[in-house]
Parts: sequence; C-alpha cells; structure tokens
Amino acid sequence: MAAKHHRVGDQPWVRRILVGLALSITVILLVIPLVVIFYQALSAGWSTFTSNVLDEYTLHAIGLTLFVALLTVPLNLVFGTALAWSVTRFRFPGRKLLTTLIDIPFAVSPVVAGLLYLLLYGRNGWVGSWLGQYDIQLMFSWPGIVMVTVFVTSPFVARELIPLMQQQGSEEEEAGVVLGASGWRVFRKITLPNIKWALIYGVILTNARAMGEFGAVSVVSGNIRGQTNTLPLHVELLYQDYNIVGAFAAASLLAGIAILTLIAKAFVEWRQSRPEQPAPERGGV
Amino acid sequence: MSAPSQAAGAAPVRRFAGRSKRVLPGFGLSLGISLFFVSLVLLLPLTGLVMETAGMTWDQFWFTVTDPRVVESYKVTLWTALAASLFNGAFGLLLAWVLVRYDFPGKRLVDAVVDLPFALPTAVAGITLATLFATNGWYGQMLEKIGVEVAFTPLGIVVAMAFTSIPFVVRTVQPVLEELSPADEEAAVSLGASDLRVFRKVIFPSLWPAVVTGIALSFTRSLGEFGAIIFIAGNTPYVSEVTSLMIFVRLQEYDYAAASAIASLMLLVSLCLLFAIHLWQGRYLRRLEGR
Repeated sequence: MAAKHHRVGDQPWVRRILVGLALSITVILLVIPLVVIFYQALSAGWSTFTSNVLDEYTLHAIGLTLFVALLTVPLNLVFGTALAWSVTRFRFPGRKLLTTLIDIPFAVSPVVAGLLYLLLYGRNGWVGSWLGQYDIQLMFSWPGIVMVTVFVTSPFVARELIPLMQQQGSEEEEAGVVLGASGWRVFRKITLPNIKWALIYGVILTNARAMGEFGAVSVVSGNIRGQTNTLPLHVELLYQDYNIVGAFAAASLLAGIAILTLIAKAFVEWRQSRPEQPAPERGGV
Repeated sequence: MSAPSQAAGAAPVRRFAGRSKRVLPGFGLSLGISLFFVSLVLLLPLTGLVMETAGMTWDQFWFTVTDPRVVESYKVTLWTALAASLFNGAFGLLLAWVLVRYDFPGKRLVDAVVDLPFALPTAVAGITLATLFATNGWYGQMLEKIGVEVAFTPLGIVVAMAFTSIPFVVRTVQPVLEELSPADEEAAVSLGASDLRVFRKVIFPSLWPAVVTGIALSFTRSLGEFGAIIFIAGNTPYVSEVTSLMIFVRLQEYDYAAASAIASLMLLVSLCLLFAIHLWQGRYLRRLEGR
C-alpha cells in the first residue's frame, strides 16, 4: 500500500460517535427486545417454562407449525430453483415481468394475502363452492394454512438464487452440456455445488417465515385451539388470555428458531466469502 | 436421487432445437414449473378478489372505501409508515456506514442481528415491543418520565413498523458502499474539502439511489404490516387503527364485500409500489453498469 490516505469519517472522534450511536440504537431496538423474550419466558422459573412448553395445546401448535413448514419448504424449494434456472439461464419475452411477479408476496399485506385465498377457496368463492360440492373444505383447516404459507414464502429461494446465478453465468454448465452430460447431471454436478449455500440459506429463510407467519394464517385458520392453531397464533391467544408468561414461553421457541436462522446466515455467508477451495476437499459434509 | 442417467434420450433433440443461445436444457421444464406455480399460487387468488369487488356497485364500493373510520386508517397507516421508513433511512445509512467503514468489537454480531426482524415472527415482535413499551415495561417506564407514551398510541405503530423493516435500507446500501471506489473521495479530501462536503458531493450521489430503494421497500412493507402492530397499537378506531387491521375487522364482521373493497385498494397501492421499485432498480442498475 502506498501512503496512508485520509478518507471521510476517519477521524477518531467521528468514528467513535458514529459507532457509539449505531451500537446504542442496535442494542435498544434489536438486542434488548430479543433478551426480553427469554427473560419474560423464564420470569416464573424453569418449571413453569417447561410446563408452559409441554402444555397440550402448545405441543399441538408446535406439531402443526412443523407440519406446515415441512409441506411448504419442499414446494418452494422446487419452485424457487426452477424459477431461478429459467430466468437466469434463458432469455425470453416476459422474463423481467416474471421476476417482478414473484415479489408480489413481499409487497402484499399478509392480511390481504389471507383474504385472497379466503375469497377464492372459501365457501362463497368460485373454487371453494365447487369443492364444497365434494365436501372438501380448505379454509379454516390445515390445507388453507399451508396454501397461504406457500404464497407468503414463495419468493425467498428464488430471491437468494437469482443474483448469484446471474453473477456466475452459465459457461461451466454449457461446457458440461457440450461435453455430453445430461441436463440433470449438469445441474447436479455443476450448478448445485455452485449454488449450494445460497440454496440452503433460501430454505432457512423460507422455513423461518413458514413457521412464523401470522397475518395471513390468522385470516384463514379460524383459530381453533388444538386444531388449527399454529405457534404464532397460539402466542397471540395466550397473550390475549393475559397469560403473558405462557405467551412468551411459546414465543421463545420461535425466537430460538430466529436465532438459529441468524447463525445459519452468518455461517453461509462465511462459507461463501471463503476463497475457492482446491479440488481435493471433497468429502466434507 | 437415482444413478446418473447415461442415456441422454430426447434431450439432445431439444438441446439443439432452439436458438444457438439455448445450449442448456431444461427451458421447458423450468419455465413450465415457474409459470404453473405463479399462475396457481400468485395470480389465480387475485380472481377471487376481483369477482367479489365486481359484485359491488360503484356507489357501494365508494361508500365502503370512503367510510370515515377507514379513511382515518389510511391516514394513520400512511404517516406512520412514512415516519418509520424515514427513520430507517437514517438509521440504515448509519448502520451500513459503520459496518462497512469501521472495525469495532462486536461488529459481526451487529451485522448478524440486523436481520433479526426478518427472522423473528411478527407476532413475537409485537408482544415483545408491547411489553417493553407498556407503562410498566422497561422502556415505557423511562419514557413516561419524559411524558412520552408509545404503547396504545400511533407512535407505537411507528415503533412496530420501524422494527419490522430495519434490514431493508442497511442491506441495500451496504453493497453499494462496499463497491464505492475510494479514488474520488481521497482526491477530494486531499484537495482540502471538508468531510461533510465530500460526503455530500462525492459519496452521497452514488449512495442515494440505494437509500431511496431501501426506504421504498421499508415503506411498502410497513403499509402492509399487521402482526407486529396490533399488539402495541391499542387499535382505537379513528386513532390507532391501521388499514390492514381494518380489513381484518371487516372480515370478523363477516362483511367480505367491505373487506374486499378496502383490500383491493391496498393491493393496488402495493402492486404500484412494487412495479415502481422494480422499474427504478432496473434503471438505476443499468446506469451503474453503463459507466
């Protein structure tokens, strides 16, 4: 490096003020709220906490939440990957429009999202009334919850993959195809290793949101305790019952998932930022 | 899952059938899945709303969406969302600057915790903020001494909206700030310009499109926010009721038509914002690449 250059904000006092300010706001707005969740959950002691978590309705809510995530994540994994492949590997009319359309769930209010599904698949909707003739009811039961969750979480995988796949280009894959590999083989051997970490992160985000969605699910669930109550809805129910400690016990489970999500993100970013490993390192993970 | 297929089968035919550009296979399959999914999951549900709203006369529609209580909810939602996203514009810029430019203990932790609002379910954020800002909560007690009430007031809505959309500005500004070449900045500084002037004249011109994008994303998200708000807002009609809650209230009254009318208006605004942001990003990205 040549002579040390002076850049904007290099002075120690500017630096100290800015870092101090940023740190204080971060602690006030982000760190303390996170701490409060666990503080409140444990405020009546460990035994209360465990009995709150092991409560029959809480356990049911946990089960339903896991079930919904288990159905939602694979669906959106396939969709997100297919979408990213089609928009980054090919040029076709409407490509830009398609990438805008998949952001709709990010822009639309969760309540509106729930309402859209309620109107279509509810008893008076044109699809819902037709299904009703066959005694199929999707709304106010778990299929409805899964459907709105798929809607709300659909952009995450695609959003993670598109910038990365655009940046990486398709030369390697084209070379593979020219050398005679089948499409599926090219995807598995070339594309997948390149996008692995972004894909994992997309899945983690999808999962976090699928487990945490509130507004949309609350519109279509019907909030039946022990039946259609997901964990976030259960948190609301307990809170409105003035069972604050119970509500925070359930909330702390969701906060735990959020913390795992943040750790996973940091790990994925760390893996991505590492320089390319030479070929021999194969066996790992 | 299965063993790698040796026989390429029909693939080669399709592979070379298209234009020379289309060397890679899977165009039909991937686009097929995408279009099917987008139509079924994202677009088909819109028809329900269109039909429900089309069933109303214009007068009914107008009467519903201009109901004084609903109009008041638009006003509250708009100004609180604006306040929250402007706060995030300033705080996000500060955080991005500090994270890119300085090294300090705990930097990685701060960088990680910035994404908390996206990872934490909104209902959890809602009850947490409500508890903190309640008059007997940690923050509420302190604020009460200086006469500021947050819980059960529109200010609580601003807090909830600001919390849930913190990451937007940070994450849009951060990469731009990282890519910024130091040459112009150093030249200006060595020529004796003051830091504030260099920031305004050299740095901010490359930064502001990203800041605006972040604020717009934050604003869009705040307009539709529901879970975090309802716990802290108090939901007093005419005072602290947001539009998404208004839709929810109409639904609970089984007034699907009214809920749909308000929702269609909200959806229209969200979609316009979405397209505007995408157009803006497209133009802005082209300008960056065109340099």
